[in-house]
Amino acid sequence: MTHDAEPADPSSTPAPGTRPADPSSTPAPGTRPADPSSTPAPGTRPAGRVFVSCDSAARSVGADEVAERIAAQAAEVEIVRTGSRGMLWLEPMVEVETPEGRVGYGPVAPEDVDGLIAAGMLTGSPSIAGCLGLVDELPWMAKQQRVTFARVGVVDPISTTDYVAHGGMKGLRAALELPPAEVVEAVVESGLRGRGGAGFPTGIKWRTVLGAEADLKFVCCNADEGDSGTFADRMLIEGDPFTLIEGMTIAAYAVGAAEGYVYLRSEYPDAVATLTTAIERARAEGWLGPDILGSGFGFDLQVRVGAGAYICGEETSMLESLEGKRGMVRSKPPIPALQGLFGRPTVVNNVLSLATIPAILADGAVKYAAYGTGRSLGTSVFQLGGNVARGGIVETAFGITLGELVNDFGGGTASGRPVRAVQVGGPLGAYLPVEQFGLPMDYEAFAAAGAMVGHGGIVVFDDTVDMAAMARFAFEFCAAESCGKCTPCRVGAVRGVETIDRIMTDTAGSDRARNLVLLDDLCELMTDGSLCAMGGLTPMPVRSAVRHFGEDFHA
Amino acid sequence: MTSEVVAAAPVPVPGRAQRVRELALARQDLRGPLIPILHAVQEELGYVAPADVAVLADVLNLSVAEVHGVVTFYKDFRRTPAGRTTVTICQAEACRSVGAVALAAHAQATTGCGFGETTADNRLTLEQTYCFGNCALGPAVQVGDKLHGRVTPTRLDALLGDAR
Repeated sequence: MTHDAEPADPSSTPAPGTRPADPSSTPAPGTRPADPSSTPAPGTRPAGRVFVSCDSAARSVGADEVAERIAAQAAEVEIVRTGSRGMLWLEPMVEVETPEGRVGYGPVAPEDVDGLIAAGMLTGSPSIAGCLGLVDELPWMAKQQRVTFARVGVVDPISTTDYVAHGGMKGLRAALELPPAEVVEAVVESGLRGRGGAGFPTGIKWRTVLGAEADLKFVCCNADEGDSGTFADRMLIEGDPFTLIEGMTIAAYAVGAAEGYVYLRSEYPDAVATLTTAIERARAEGWLGPDILGSGFGFDLQVRVGAGAYICGEETSMLESLEGKRGMVRSKPPIPALQGLFGRPTVVNNVLSLATIPAILADGAVKYAAYGTGRSLGTSVFQLGGNVARGGIVETAFGITLGELVNDFGGGTASGRPVRAVQVGGPLGAYLPVEQFGLPMDYEAFAAAGAMVGHGGIVVFDDTVDMAAMARFAFEFCAAESCGKCTPCRVGAVRGVETIDRIMTDTAGSDRARNLVLLDDLCELMTDGSLCAMGGLTPMPVRSAVRHFGEDFHA
Repeated sequence: MTSEVVAAAPVPVPGRAQRVRELALARQDLRGPLIPILHAVQEELGYVAPADVAVLADVLNLSVAEVHGVVTFYKDFRRTPAGRTTVTICQAEACRSVGAVALAAHAQATTGCGFGETTADNRLTLEQTYCFGNCALGPAVQVGDKLHGRVTPTRLDALLGDAR
């Protein structure tokens, strides 16, 4: 993996509550001596370390209660709350540190804890029910190429010491050795494209901002991950927030920005809390502020919480919202790179794009670009959700097929029924049938198939799904979330719901053909005439549902 | 479904205008301060009352219409108080694929509330959202501050029963 362990930076004082470096990160399993720095005060020596996720998905199925029960039963054990490894069907998962590595157990219900401890869970016993073996060797983990998510699930998210011990801050240190223009060119060379959905090359955007003359420039992280089926931003922020902070700082240095904002959705309160704490600790370490790492470069960062508007995931709506206005789309040009927040040149990137920057600077653009296929270079974080047996996050090089993700990683449906459809790329992405499972995850290959990779979210549906109802919902969602500025989106979505309703209630079938033509015409108008992707892409799920699942569009 | 709903009229609270002014003044130096101020008002006072809008407009030197426009654009900002516990059910695609529509119908039948409504005894407010980011463990329901995954109708009944 890209983040090799290195000794903790002696200049970085651990923030209160942080823990010593994780000795399990050193190589050569089984030969590792005890880490003297982890020796606690006399009389409080823990029997060992146990890891339980504090990711909100894990918490939603009882991770807090499991951690509390372990604490109550085994006070001598140190419990580290990490992010989630991303194997969400195994949450709550308990990992126990052993000389060979971390041994996992899961899913563990709170009421299972006493029995598991009695059977030897806290010694890493492999012979008890629910033991998964070494977590790093599980096929789900071993088959991935984790770059952006390398530390997620491994480290204590708000420990600066853990962060540095697992390769954190190497990217920023490397960037500060270079002139800003060379940092920008490294990002261009890496081939990194925007992970928010549009896939625009990140380095080209930075080059525009670097070249713009202004008294003040901004870096804005778009963390308004509102798409159903996408949760990688949330997991990254809850599991490794310092990598986002480091990535934004590198972006600021590269383009000459002094201030940064993370626009984070209000639906993610745990992510808001984790990131806010991480920013405070980063400031205390000198990783943010007027003189970052003694370089003389200054940059600071704030979290801004959204207020429940999907459209604010669109970059210009997000800027309006940050300015304190209704989140209504701006027409482009001017592009935000030249006239963004408060009219100043602004980098607007997604969480995953920014969180990948430190690894690119630390390990080199060439290494990152070596992953991937065609013009889709590097890795992508795919999210498996919906009716899926093994849901969670999978980071691999681009080019893996849809079928490999849904069947091999996902294990088919949770209901055990046949997969009928998957929606890829969020609520504005296409519905694809199993016949398309050979498609490689690649921006261009998906576009050629009338679909989009988007933010890498994959939602699985079994054969009970009513695809006309899902197409209707796409319009309903657009009608509810449209900012209202342009007519094709605001009115078209309402007319779309009405047209599908007419098709679905047309028992005689006399007007079905005419209404399907009308539906197609409406979709074309929304695609061509909408001001932004909200109205412009809503036809994608609708048209793909009609194309691939036309038999559902009968009364 | 809506027969038990209370049209909750905000009761004027003494000192409220002064407190709203303080919350706004404390944040007025932020860049683009209005949304952080609205969050602060709602967090402390429960909702953003029509009278608050005039106070905020005055502090920030905006028109009442501008502030009103922002308050009404965002779903998070309520203009009347909510019930004691807010129950929010995700209705987005991933949760729909595992029964979120039926779960919502069950919740509406059980509480007698539609989305956006509060029970007559002011105990519960029912809301919908599109996505908590718990898409691999749906259906997702938030009760108060706590998110729950894989919520069945039976489990929802237990959660609603606990929310007293």
